[in-house]
Amino acid sequence: MRKKWKWSNLYLGLLILLMYLPIVIVVVFSFNESRLSASFTGFSLKWYEALAADRDLKEALVNSIILGAASCLLSAVIGTLGAVGMARVKYKSKGMMEYLSTIPIMIPEIILGMVFLVFFSLLNLPFGMTTLILAHTTFCIPYIFMMVKARLVGIDKSLEEAALDLGATPVRAFFDITIPLIAPAILSGSLLAFAMSFDDVVISIFVNGPRLNTLPVKVYAQLKTGVTPEINALCTVILLVIVLVLGISALAGKKTHKSKDGE
Amino acid sequence: MEKKRKKKPGLFLTVLPLYVFTICFVVGPLLYMIALSFATNGNGSDTIWRFTLDNYKKIGEPVYLESFVQSFQLAITSTVLIMLMGYPFGYFMAKLSEKGKKRMMLLIMIPFWTSSLIRMYGWIIILQAKGVLNGILMKLGLIQEPLKILYSYPAVVVGMVYALLPFMILSVYSSVEKMDWSLVEAARDLGAGRARAFFDVTLKLTLPGLLTGVILTFIPSMGLFFIADILGGNKIVLVGNVIQDQVTRGSNWPFAAALAVVLMILTSLMIWLYRKITHVKDLEGFF
Repeated sequence: MRKKWKWSNLYLGLLILLMYLPIVIVVVFSFNESRLSASFTGFSLKWYEALAADRDLKEALVNSIILGAASCLLSAVIGTLGAVGMARVKYKSKGMMEYLSTIPIMIPEIILGMVFLVFFSLLNLPFGMTTLILAHTTFCIPYIFMMVKARLVGIDKSLEEAALDLGATPVRAFFDITIPLIAPAILSGSLLAFAMSFDDVVISIFVNGPRLNTLPVKVYAQLKTGVTPEINALCTVILLVIVLVLGISALAGKKTHKSKDGE
Repeated sequence: MEKKRKKKPGLFLTVLPLYVFTICFVVGPLLYMIALSFATNGNGSDTIWRFTLDNYKKIGEPVYLESFVQSFQLAITSTVLIMLMGYPFGYFMAKLSEKGKKRMMLLIMIPFWTSSLIRMYGWIIILQAKGVLNGILMKLGLIQEPLKILYSYPAVVVGMVYALLPFMILSVYSSVEKMDWSLVEAARDLGAGRARAFFDVTLKLTLPGLLTGVILTFIPSMGLFFIADILGGNKIVLVGNVIQDQVTRGSNWPFAAALAVVLMILTSLMIWLYRKITHVKDLEGFF
């Protein structure tokens, strides 16, 4: 029994190692003195200095954060309201609409990107932040919708009914009872949505317009021209941000767990 | 009943944004794309609204047909590899202690959250001619000349497997996690061997998770044109690459729309088949 356990752990460990290998390599070579990435010649911070001086990159970073935050917020509101409402209404169109609203994550991203491009130019929308936010919100909604929907199945309906019986208005019951119960799902859905938006290249390339760059679009354009240590440094910085966000969300998750246990 | 009916106007407001957004930005654009695929391409990016089937006929041309074949081959190769690597991982992971599960989940999520671009970039550094892998192999004396792995088919497969493996792991994991182990025990008690119990009980019970993983890896792998672009150079042309090319450089939107429609029909067929086989409505497991 003991031996078996060890073999499976070895497999898990090896695959995890493989998953981290490219990331570790990027980080390690961001501190490389040499421009070439064949071998590590010495420790240096000069690529980070070059990065700090690059204004285009800073702009792209700000764009990515605004885009991620806006589309994650918008989709959290629409997705959560939609999931809560869908669990209660009995429209004939409900099943159909649920299916339609999840289409964005069912079809290949490239189709979505292309569709947005042709559709937005039909509407004569100027390509830029607006089109990016609209596109990203569309593909972020399903993540939140499905997470909240799954969570709603697990919660006790009688709690909300009790609140209504005690005289709370539906709006009050929603904010006081339902929202706290589904908060973990909203949070994890939103974080996933933010990550998806922050990471997206395929759709952004189609709708970002000629002047506006997001970070992944910028990195993508640079990658095609070649490997530079500056990209390594940039990637390391992005990595650091993501690890920090994950850490914070993990801490927040722990806290909600604890407060729940306390009740 | 009376009470419920009274609540309805308020409820309508909660689903309204979702309805409006879905109709305006999902249904509308898709219908427009379908219409566009039957239109005639004018000069530049102009579209002439005259009904034609030429765009679909054009897909039959060997150059474009080839891209479909190549996309499917690549998607199947990567999905099979992902299945073989991901299933054991999800299975073993579900057997860890609670603490171990949480740690492992975090370990998987961090690279998953990291821009897939960064990770592909890491592979470029590893695989390129003067890269890390060749450096190590040459130092060990295993090879004399650097291997040309980057900008080849295997490199694209590596990228695809690497990018999509977490989807498989997570969906297998969640379906193994909530599996009723007493059924496996029962099979064992009734005399089934370890392998038999696994194939007859565990695998069957976790099939929805596995299939979810297949869908979640197969579909994106047809659209991740940038992986083929970055790791494959110009040699591997997938449907995604053709669409992107037609939309941006080619400026033949009706043709790109026709390609997208065909790709969409193919993927919908996959999803439909999946539902038919598993009788599962949602992409269970991942969400």
